[in-house]
Amino acid sequence: MKHDLAVGQLDFLNGDEAVAFGAKLCRPQVIPVYPITPQTLVVEKIAEFVANKQMTCAYIHVESEHSAMGAAMGAAMVGARVFTATSSQGLAYMHEMLHYVSGSRFPVVMMNANRTLAAPWNIFADQRDSIAQRDTGWIQVYVENGQEALDMIIQAYAIAEDERVYTPVMVNLDGYVVTHTYELVHIPDQALVDEFLPPFRSQNAIDFAHPRSFCITAPTDWNMEFRLQQQQAMERSKQVIAEVDKKFGAKFGRYYGGLVEEYKVADAEVVLIAMGSVIGTARIVIDQWRNRGQKVGLVKLRFLRPFPQEYFQGLSGRVKAIGIIDRDISFGYEGALASEIKSALASTGKCPPVVNFIAGIAGRDITKEHIAEMLAKLFDRRAGKEEKDLQFIGLRWPNG
Amino acid sequence: MVKVKELPDREFLYGHKACPGCGLGTIGRLALKILGEKTIVALPASCMSTVTTQYPQMNYTVPSFTMAFAGTGAVLSGLSAGLKAQGITDAYVLGIAGDGGTADIGLQALSGAVERGDDFIYICYDNEAYMNTGVQRSSLTPLGASTTNSPAGPASWGESRPKKNLFEIMIAHRIPYAATASSAYPFDFMNKMAKTKIIKGPKFIQVMCPCPTGWGFPSHLTVAIGKLAVETGLWYLAEYENGKVKMNLVPKTFKPVEEYLKKQRRFRHLTEEQIKLIQEHRDQEWQMIRQRWL
Repeated sequence: MKHDLAVGQLDFLNGDEAVAFGAKLCRPQVIPVYPITPQTLVVEKIAEFVANKQMTCAYIHVESEHSAMGAAMGAAMVGARVFTATSSQGLAYMHEMLHYVSGSRFPVVMMNANRTLAAPWNIFADQRDSIAQRDTGWIQVYVENGQEALDMIIQAYAIAEDERVYTPVMVNLDGYVVTHTYELVHIPDQALVDEFLPPFRSQNAIDFAHPRSFCITAPTDWNMEFRLQQQQAMERSKQVIAEVDKKFGAKFGRYYGGLVEEYKVADAEVVLIAMGSVIGTARIVIDQWRNRGQKVGLVKLRFLRPFPQEYFQGLSGRVKAIGIIDRDISFGYEGALASEIKSALASTGKCPPVVNFIAGIAGRDITKEHIAEMLAKLFDRRAGKEEKDLQFIGLRWPNG
Repeated sequence: MVKVKELPDREFLYGHKACPGCGLGTIGRLALKILGEKTIVALPASCMSTVTTQYPQMNYTVPSFTMAFAGTGAVLSGLSAGLKAQGITDAYVLGIAGDGGTADIGLQALSGAVERGDDFIYICYDNEAYMNTGVQRSSLTPLGASTTNSPAGPASWGESRPKKNLFEIMIAHRIPYAATASSAYPFDFMNKMAKTKIIKGPKFIQVMCPCPTGWGFPSHLTVAIGKLAVETGLWYLAEYENGKVKMNLVPKTFKPVEEYLKKQRRFRHLTEEQIKLIQEHRDQEWQMIRQRWL
């Protein structure tokens, strides 16, 4: 990543604050939002911006997350740029509304602080909350740190509001690990963001001169065609995501690689794939193993939807063993990323051995030692030793 | 006061698929004649959305949309804030929801929107059950009514709980304007709608809307049934404004409740004793009305 110190201002922010600054720079006109740990700092920071006249927008104190997304939909319907944020139980509570917004093709942008779902109740990070919303028709991106969070809020609007896409975007940050960790973050200049993201003029909004019905009831003989268009928009978004990353990089000096980022994969024989904050830890372990001469690499899956199956199809013939880290699990089968990635690998007919590691559930730390343990298991598997396809890593007792 | 001659000839709602004799079409039509073309209509899952928003046939000539069952109040807040953010100040935001969509699943969102003081008009058309899904009871179903999930039988006299008082719930919010109305009293309803154009903030009107299909009466009796509800004291026309309740129509003497109940299939099973209980409940309600509002 290239950092241009001349661009913007450098500040010491946690992930939630970085999101709030990102949102502020995008000039959303309406922000309906409901507080939930660990997203609360976003809600508070934005309220502070509004109270101090640093931000001009309608801040709606909704009485629930279902209503947050309901109000977001209403505001988007009249063409306003909308921002909201949530987490975990709140995301689950707005589930129905996620479908309404994506099906109506409103480019709402939402931050989600990844937190596990009750029961057993817990407020710490895993990605079960957003992965459970995989099929709601939202674009989902997972970030590694505060800088990427801020930058992706800005990119999210550029992606969502592109006429080829018109699909809402969810920007996911691991709870506490990213949301509450302070880092140095570049806050871009408002003037540059204004150039990058001009005011939104929606083609999909209420116009009194040309009355239309929105979010209609589509009967059986029409409904499927609407779904086809959602799928096509998602497919088109892959190109838009790449374009936006390029344009963003050219303007602000930071590139993220679009759908996926490769780390030392070019000549790697054993590769780990993961999403979110664990990538930061994994980079260090990969470096350590590389220094020892081991050909290991890391794939940072950034977008879960649209899913970069083309990338994984390309990867399948290049490596000897793959480990997939899931901060989630679909009970009765395996981690969701494992299913998604294995499906893409298998479609090539030459799927390398894959081990699925379930880790970091409900905020359990994924340490460097855990990553090393995973890599060791992958080398064992590559050497033909028996390793279970699905393993829990970092349990209180052995033999996960 | 609204004058018929001054109402626009233009129709903003027509060609809908409501059952014969349904008061709903009239309510939507008259409400939009009062508000005019710069109105956005929000409809949660309900009879109203089902009979008016089936793609590709659109029955409104104003912008309209279907909303999640529980979210009418929330989407009205969002529309209102969105319009304001874009500098549009001459448009109306109108929600039309049923009794279940308002008093049950939609109550939280409505309460939130009213408490926030957002600028919108909310019509609850009250046909006293979930009619769109096949006549199941709601919290606004009256005492003794037989519905498909509270059927009368040897162990049941139908709905066993009295109708929830939504009007008073709105008053408890100190809402700028709340009213009750009936599709059988169109002028009263239109005058109330006209007030919603002037008053800022949330406005709420609960309109009794007799349902020939769900209540079980011939479709030509919709207005007669609606009037009987008021004449027997089982429904009332009232307004809450400037912190005061005004009763718009108080019958000198009530007609016997039987006259209303016996004309409807949903009450056909009631015994003399049960009818007496309904009458007693009515008298208690009116005692409270007289003590506080008359």
